[in-house]
Amino acid sequence: METREFAPGPLVQKTGQLYDNPEKKVEKIKLTIDGREIEADKGMSVLEAARLAGIEIPSLCYLRHINEIGSCRVCLVEVEINGARVLQASCVYPATDGLVVHASSPRVRRVRRTMVELLLSDHHRECTTCIRNLNCELQNIADNLGIRNIKFTGEMKALQVQNENSFIVRDYNKCIKCRRCEAICSKVQEVNVYSALNRGYDTVIAPAFMQDLSQVACITCGQCVIACPTASLTEKECIESVWEALEDPDKYVVVQSAPSIQVTLGEVFGYPVGTVVTGKLVAALRRLGFDKVFATDFTADLTIMEEANELLERLEGRGKLPLLSSCSPGWVKFAEHFYPEFLENLSTCKSPHEMFGALTKTYFAEKEGIDPKKIVVVAIMPCTAKKFEASRPEMGTGEFKDVDWVLTTRELARMIRQSGINFHDLPHEDYDTPMGIASGAGAIFGSTGGVIEAAVRTAYYLTSGQEMDLVDYEELRGFSGLKEVWVELKGRRIKVAIAHGTGNARVLMDRLKAGEQFDYVEIMACPGGCVGGGGQPIFGTREHKEISLDYRHNRADALDRIDYSKELRRAHENPAVKKIYEEFLGRPLSNISRKLLHTYYTPRGKLPGFNFGGIKGSHAGHVKENIVRSHTT
Amino acid sequence: MKVQSIEDLKAVKEEYLPLIKQRLGHRNGLGSTQVMVCSGTACTSAASQDLRNGLQLEIERHGLKENVKVFKTGCFGFCQNGPIVMVHPGEVFYCNVKPEDAKEIVETHLMGGQVVERLLYRNVDNQVAQRMEDIHFFQAQTRIVLHNCGVINPEEIGEYIARDGYMALAEVIQKNNPREVIEAIKRSGLRGRGGAGFPTGRKWEMAAAQDVRPKYVLCNADEGDPGAFMDRSILEGDPHSVIEAMAVAGYCIGASQGYIYVRAEYPIAVKRLEIAIEQAREKGLLGKNLFGSSFDFDLGLRFGAGAFVCGEETALIHSVMGQRGEPRPRPPYPAQEGLWGKPTLINNVETYANIPAILRNGWEWYQGQGTAGSKGSKVFSLAGKINNTGLIEVPMGTTLRTIIFDIGGGIPGGKKFKAVQTGGPSGGCIPEKYLDMPIDYESLKEIGSMMGSGGMIVMNEDNCMVDIARFYLEFTQDESCGRCTPCRVGTKRLLETLKRITEGNGEIEDLELLEELSFDIRDASLCGLGQTAPNPVISTMRYFKDEYLAHIKDKNCPAGVCKELLNFVVDEEKCAACGICAKDCAAGAITGKPGEAYRIDPDKCSRCAACAAKCPKKAITRGPRKEEIINGNQGIRPGTVSPENRAAL
Amino acid sequence: MEQEVQVNESLRETAHTRAAAEKVKPVEENEKINKYKELDQVIRLYSKEPGQLINILQKAQDIFGCLSEEVQSYIAEKTENPVSEINGVVTFYSLFYTEPKGKHTFDLCLGTACYVKGAQELMDSLKDLLKVDEGETTKDRLFTLKSTRCIGACGLAPVLVVDGDVHGKASAGEITKIIQAYRKGEKIEGTKH
Repeated sequence: METREFAPGPLVQKTGQLYDNPEKKVEKIKLTIDGREIEADKGMSVLEAARLAGIEIPSLCYLRHINEIGSCRVCLVEVEINGARVLQASCVYPATDGLVVHASSPRVRRVRRTMVELLLSDHHRECTTCIRNLNCELQNIADNLGIRNIKFTGEMKALQVQNENSFIVRDYNKCIKCRRCEAICSKVQEVNVYSALNRGYDTVIAPAFMQDLSQVACITCGQCVIACPTASLTEKECIESVWEALEDPDKYVVVQSAPSIQVTLGEVFGYPVGTVVTGKLVAALRRLGFDKVFATDFTADLTIMEEANELLERLEGRGKLPLLSSCSPGWVKFAEHFYPEFLENLSTCKSPHEMFGALTKTYFAEKEGIDPKKIVVVAIMPCTAKKFEASRPEMGTGEFKDVDWVLTTRELARMIRQSGINFHDLPHEDYDTPMGIASGAGAIFGSTGGVIEAAVRTAYYLTSGQEMDLVDYEELRGFSGLKEVWVELKGRRIKVAIAHGTGNARVLMDRLKAGEQFDYVEIMACPGGCVGGGGQPIFGTREHKEISLDYRHNRADALDRIDYSKELRRAHENPAVKKIYEEFLGRPLSNISRKLLHTYYTPRGKLPGFNFGGIKGSHAGHVKENIVRSHTT
Repeated sequence: MKVQSIEDLKAVKEEYLPLIKQRLGHRNGLGSTQVMVCSGTACTSAASQDLRNGLQLEIERHGLKENVKVFKTGCFGFCQNGPIVMVHPGEVFYCNVKPEDAKEIVETHLMGGQVVERLLYRNVDNQVAQRMEDIHFFQAQTRIVLHNCGVINPEEIGEYIARDGYMALAEVIQKNNPREVIEAIKRSGLRGRGGAGFPTGRKWEMAAAQDVRPKYVLCNADEGDPGAFMDRSILEGDPHSVIEAMAVAGYCIGASQGYIYVRAEYPIAVKRLEIAIEQAREKGLLGKNLFGSSFDFDLGLRFGAGAFVCGEETALIHSVMGQRGEPRPRPPYPAQEGLWGKPTLINNVETYANIPAILRNGWEWYQGQGTAGSKGSKVFSLAGKINNTGLIEVPMGTTLRTIIFDIGGGIPGGKKFKAVQTGGPSGGCIPEKYLDMPIDYESLKEIGSMMGSGGMIVMNEDNCMVDIARFYLEFTQDESCGRCTPCRVGTKRLLETLKRITEGNGEIEDLELLEELSFDIRDASLCGLGQTAPNPVISTMRYFKDEYLAHIKDKNCPAGVCKELLNFVVDEEKCAACGICAKDCAAGAITGKPGEAYRIDPDKCSRCAACAAKCPKKAITRGPRKEEIINGNQGIRPGTVSPENRAAL
Repeated sequence: MEQEVQVNESLRETAHTRAAAEKVKPVEENEKINKYKELDQVIRLYSKEPGQLINILQKAQDIFGCLSEEVQSYIAEKTENPVSEINGVVTFYSLFYTEPKGKHTFDLCLGTACYVKGAQELMDSLKDLLKVDEGETTKDRLFTLKSTRCIGACGLAPVLVVDGDVHGKASAGEITKIIQAYRKGEKIEGTKH
């Protein structure tokens, strides 16, 4: 097997937070911060150099390599220039040899305080009832600076909160114009939903025409939510609906948790990043009152069976190549908006949690003798896009939705807190059977490269009848933005590509468009895959240093550990999967599996509200409805 | 014919020289007569183009077409008295010429040989001034940048060439020593005329030192300061001087493409530039292989769409690229990473316009003018409460008194000078005590103002300085790009505080708040707009604190400007009870009946001042709000009702 | 060329659906298609050079009178820019409008020179007389009131520009006359700016 990684080009720079190469040799320089001489790499900003040396400088708009615009002015430091002490934004001011910096002088503290007070004077300060209470960067900085009152009074914006969609809520009144959402959406994801509109005090960071996110080409990935330092962008909460279902004696509430939840939930409760808390997660879900606690990993295994077979079918000439993976709903929506000509290439497999929902309300209901109408399926997902996915009309039988409610990791943590469960004291419990049994292949779905690796493991077995040496596939994992690998299948070399983050996906798709040949392509909408999902925990109050380190690596490593620790590492070995085919589905790609586990896609166009001859028949209802569009603000 | 050598250029010069010579007073020039009609924006706004057509028609009607030629020319600077017409030979300088005066000029002057005296300017001493040099306004001026304005037709490249235009470029290319040219500009001491006064030569040097290609040359013609129109006048009157300088810059730094970023609000300047670029291309002075060398240089126009912040160089670059004109932090400087990430040299119009003169006359000549730190001349636009609104050029180091009282003719209506505002929204208000200070970059900065681009607004006793600070803040607040916190939110809070004060709701603590916030905004803002936005507040608080205190403590606007602090009262003694005021009051605040003085209800009064304007007896006066309290809200100033007043109506 | 035909067909299609929805007369529909054709030419002309977005938007505004959401979206599609970016640029610059202007536009200069000579009072009376706020259009769509930053005719301060005609040294009385004249469909001659 040959592996070729892309040379560090613009991609690496773009999402450098993920891909900095620690072994790269760089020139060292020395500078003085607050009287302390520190060493830094040439090319670093003063802020980076300070943080590296353990000197904390507060910042709001700064996101390393993604948003370095020096505009919040909270990271101001005094720099000595020609004998004068000049205030400079440390996030963009280059650290140079011999530079003298004052990062905590009285003047610096005073000006920083003024900056934060100004921000607060135009911020809806409803901290105690805010979804980001105690996890808000602005709140944290205000506290650190010791702000006890706000000198400035005056006009405060009162724009309507936009929440007419099923996934993300935009509260303009809490926006501090740091533009991290805009930067991540345009530079990392390259979806370009947001732009600054208007100017001066009237500036808003918003989708075109200040429309709701459901009205624009938003892929619902939630990276903007992760990037937001305040509660200006949040997931659409559905905790109350889940509580209602749990309290309803007539309902049978089944919960499934996505593979990556077991490696991220612990962070919310103070465990180090990358701690595996599967047992406590299961115990918590049980204590919340769910009737069955299952793992989406199970249907991940099933997805592999279906997708591997689909791949083989297409390799035999039935269907279009390359086969594009479809388990990331953000990526699917991205393709629907921007690459509609490739929709036939998308695997028809529903994403695992939807498969799970469909099977719960059919196979499981039948097996357990429960009226499917009474079943409520709740999915714990690292993802805001799954909220949107669950609301797609095609995700259900018409009678029921496959999945009723999608909770993000953050919402689950809130429910655990609300119920008074002490997470630390929870015992380790196991998932229920049969839909809680999963292989290591299912677990690695949660990070980039995992789907392909899992599918290749199975496809290899299906074609050769032999198990493949697992070590060989490590090249498929790893955080390079874009990877290409040759794999031997059935005596044929197939070309596989992996991209994560839709910005990288765009590069890959443009190459496909230009005629380059691939056989199998995995794309995850979020950088790092589900471990970097838009529904994962947000670090609002941690030390900034920690935030700038890439926590996604640690999460992905934890998933790998789960995989390695399992005896069962191949989807096709999963006894529960074998059983469901025997008892219910027959075989992969059978009629019943096509009906329940597969779906179709809809071209949506880049401008959902308008049809200028781009894509015909795109969401016809949508277009019509938008001819006369109403504004919420 | 394309100009491919210095000889070609000289040939063009010879062709047009006779025309120019006559205009410069050489009587041996031409046999015919030339009529120059100012076609700058101010004169055009005052119908100078109708006048020009009228002159043309009259000339044709009288069969003088062969002997009399009418030309457009750039701004003379005497805008208050426009439209201006100058007749050669004789350099007769007509002011305030209306289209209907065309006939008289043609018949009396051009045919009859008699100067039309009623159209000549009269100095303050009532002396008739027939020629420019007789007018006080022009006497203290030195024209370096404006030396072609009013002399040449800006729409004819040949006339520019006749004034040694493009000679500097020709020599630079011929000598092929860019380093020497940059050195000359450095030694000349020329500093950026757009605002902060960065040494121009150093900017060129920095751009020239970059290895990256391509490079770009940009001209900042986004003159956004309200009340400033120097750059516009240069572009309208002498566009080629900028084009030539940009080509020289391109040669020196190694760029072959330039862009002029000009306000779309300047239609005449845009048109002149388009014509000039086209003519330069036709002559081969823009394009490929200039003067037969391997040097290519071409220019494009980009238009500003109404954003003051685009005067900031990084914002301008974003705007040229078709984006939101938001500034970004420096470093990297545009000379390192500018347009499309490439090294870019940016200078403003007036800075470029100095370059050909420096190269023609030598840096020693230029360096000999001005003050120790500020060399050469500066163009100012004079406006506000001043007799001679207009455009002037004086050596650096001229005093404000010379500018305002000698050139500007002082304050109209016998009013008292209060302050002069320089530097536009980024500058400050200078009080009377500094009138005798020689002005240059440093001295202005020292007293809390700045050179800026050169706008000068004169204010008299009727202007409220708190209100002026509020006016400027409203401007910068409106023009803030919204990117950085101090400018986006800080200027808003600053403005709100000022508004509170002008509306009579200010408290003494507000002064401290204003001061602190002003300094923080100045120190913390990302770009020049935010950094200088508080200057009008800081300078007015420094020099006119008493006015702030009057607003806050006494709830009084001494200048009688701030409406909320005003009170209109009827003078019982003067009121004739005619009722005109009551009829015209939109707010229905005035009541009264025949035989009794009318009253104004201060609660209903919207302070529109319509009544005061309408009152035939001038019985309605504005006074401070205080009086309202003293008089117990009666809306009347008590006095004896004079019966003859009643009888008079 | 092929592409162009396609564009217009799809446009017609769009126009038809819209016409049905909004009951637009076919004449207006054709007019609209022609305007889009004109815009196509503008885009084709300027797309050759980089950074010409502002120019395209300016020309589009000249063609359509304002930059509606539809026009902005169309430009986004044709220039392959994200519509959010187009909207960001349009809302940044004060010379772009998203709403159609009235038949006549009153631009009162609020530059410093005009301000110190009483332009604010004129603005107040204009607001009063037209019963609109700055930036608004009267209900009968006859007048749009705007303020402008220095047009550089400081010698004539205060300056009112009506549809490009400069009225220098303006006074409250004169303004009343001008408005009355325009209401009657007459016009008071200023001078072409």
